Amino acid sequence: MSTDVGEQAGIEVEGLVREFKNGPRAVDGIDLRVAPGEIYGFLGPNGAGKSTTVLMLTTLLPPTAGTARVAGFDIASEGPKVRGAIGAALQEAALDPLLTGSEHMRLQTALHGLAKAERVERGRELLTRVGLSEAADRKVGGYSGGMKRRLDLALALVHRPRILFLDEPTTGLDIQSRTALWDEVAGLASEDGVTVFLTTQYLEEADALANRVGIIDHGHIVAEGTPAELKAEIGRPTVEAVPRDPADQERVQRALQPFGERCGATHRGGASVLLAGGESQLADVVRALDAEGIAIEQLQLHAPSLDDVFLAKTGRSLEGAGDEAAEADSEEMEVVQA
Amino acid sequence: MSGGLRTQVGQLARRSVLRTMRQPAQIVPSLIFPLFLLAVNSGGLKSATNLPGFPTDSYLTFALAVPFMQGALFSVMNTGTDLARDIETGFLNRLALTPLRGAALLSGLLAGAVVLGVVQAGVYLSVGLIAGAELAAGFGGALVIVALSVSITVAFGTIGLFVALRSGSGEAVQGLFPVFFVFLFLSAMSLPLDLLETDWFHAIASANPVTYLLEAFRSLLIEGWNIGDLALGFGIAAVILAIGMFGASRALKTRLVRT
Repeated sequence: MSTDVGEQAGIEVEGLVREFKNGPRAVDGIDLRVAPGEIYGFLGPNGAGKSTTVLMLTTLLPPTAGTARVAGFDIASEGPKVRGAIGAALQEAALDPLLTGSEHMRLQTALHGLAKAERVERGRELLTRVGLSEAADRKVGGYSGGMKRRLDLALALVHRPRILFLDEPTTGLDIQSRTALWDEVAGLASEDGVTVFLTTQYLEEADALANRVGIIDHGHIVAEGTPAELKAEIGRPTVEAVPRDPADQERVQRALQPFGERCGATHRGGASVLLAGGESQLADVVRALDAEGIAIEQLQLHAPSLDDVFLAKTGRSLEGAGDEAAEADSEEMEVVQA
Repeated sequence: MSGGLRTQVGQLARRSVLRTMRQPAQIVPSLIFPLFLLAVNSGGLKSATNLPGFPTDSYLTFALAVPFMQGALFSVMNTGTDLARDIETGFLNRLALTPLRGAALLSGLLAGAVVLGVVQAGVYLSVGLIAGAELAAGFGGALVIVALSVSITVAFGTIGLFVALRSGSGEAVQGLFPVFFVFLFLSAMSLPLDLLETDWFHAIASANPVTYLLEAFRSLLIEGWNIGDLALGFGIAAVILAIGMFGASRALKTRLVRT
């Protein structure tokens, strides 16, 4: 159960480091603060250090250096108090395929020390809340990915935690399941005042849910602020042109080059550029493409996104960075498990 | 045991029993395989009863002790593999985030082994008796056989827990199976210890605790009540249990590095 201290405090992290044997620092001296009731999005590619940070903040992995207080308790010296104040749904829904949803709730409520009379009621209430009351007596092995994630969330809430850690809660889910989970998480923060620390590699998830976002790359926080603040830092829009003939992709890129920075090919067969002079340059871009005689299929002006922020801070696109770091990530997690 | 600990053990035991009962693939081979070997051995080695000094004229009765040991080996696999899966899937991390005590986790996990041990012992004994084996110690002896079988199953189960916690891998637990089978074959499995004439084999079988576990079962089946053999059998099971629990507790502390 949460305590008075837990109810007033969020998350405070100073110089947190986690080093693994013969490996790089998975988390390299991060500082962050999450206010009570806030949804904090921790955004980064695979292998950036998100999960390692969550494992440390949930007391499942001792930090190598630095300090962190969660719900007012020190993660290194007050582990049991931290665990009493937090709920967590870690990467990959850790469920027993042979147990039903109700049996999971029964186990979790009992292990958290809820009174016998309260266990069934709390389990039923949470299963209803996440829309699993009809599937409550079915074995979890037959649940869809979205149902498993919702059960995972319900299990994290049994002891009414003040702070909730969600490690990539929507990875692998279809858009409907993802949206349903977003609504649930948003409701937890707005209606119940739960502080949410959410890791994700989906830009739109951080954008849609988080009050503030921290962007982590190679164990460092490279940017932090509200999504609006971060985008405002970039300030300028990107224009993307897709030629009718894919063979013209390089010509488009050359034509866009003079209009700004970070001109490059896009995955849709066109090219994009961050406009140095803002959206007023759009007419000039059209004229330049026309002058080159390139037939254009699509021309789009993109407002700055969190991906632009990531690109600006790290020099890489978030999607590409994920692929690049995937190997490092699997090595990192092997060490965590070892 | 405090109320909280009792609840934790009870809930984890319930889960362990449910898991065991819902995996027929775990139960059925552990019942069929030892009975199949019993049928083969008791048919093929029947003439061994003609050896001077063989303690009974029914090889089936003599060989009936072996399935209890083989059943215990399956317990190592099942208990260890279940825990290894919990580690691999992150379920152990979920448990670690609750106020769960290590003792509750280990005891709860072994509850499934107890159920399996009771079922196995009941089936082996029933089939053996129906097939014509003798039970010199009578009904009371049958109860002690079940108790001994459960004790050995749980004791061996702790070894499965230890390996699962040390390795975190179901494959590593499965790797124990042939090792344990070697122990079984290098014991007085097929002949009484006194009739093993090859020196090196006699020496190894004499030092192998499995021999004395088998003799404890045989004492009840063949002789009746031999307190010395029973004390030795239960004593060895207790020592294996103590060592296995100590190792598993240490390994659990290393595995659960929660602060």
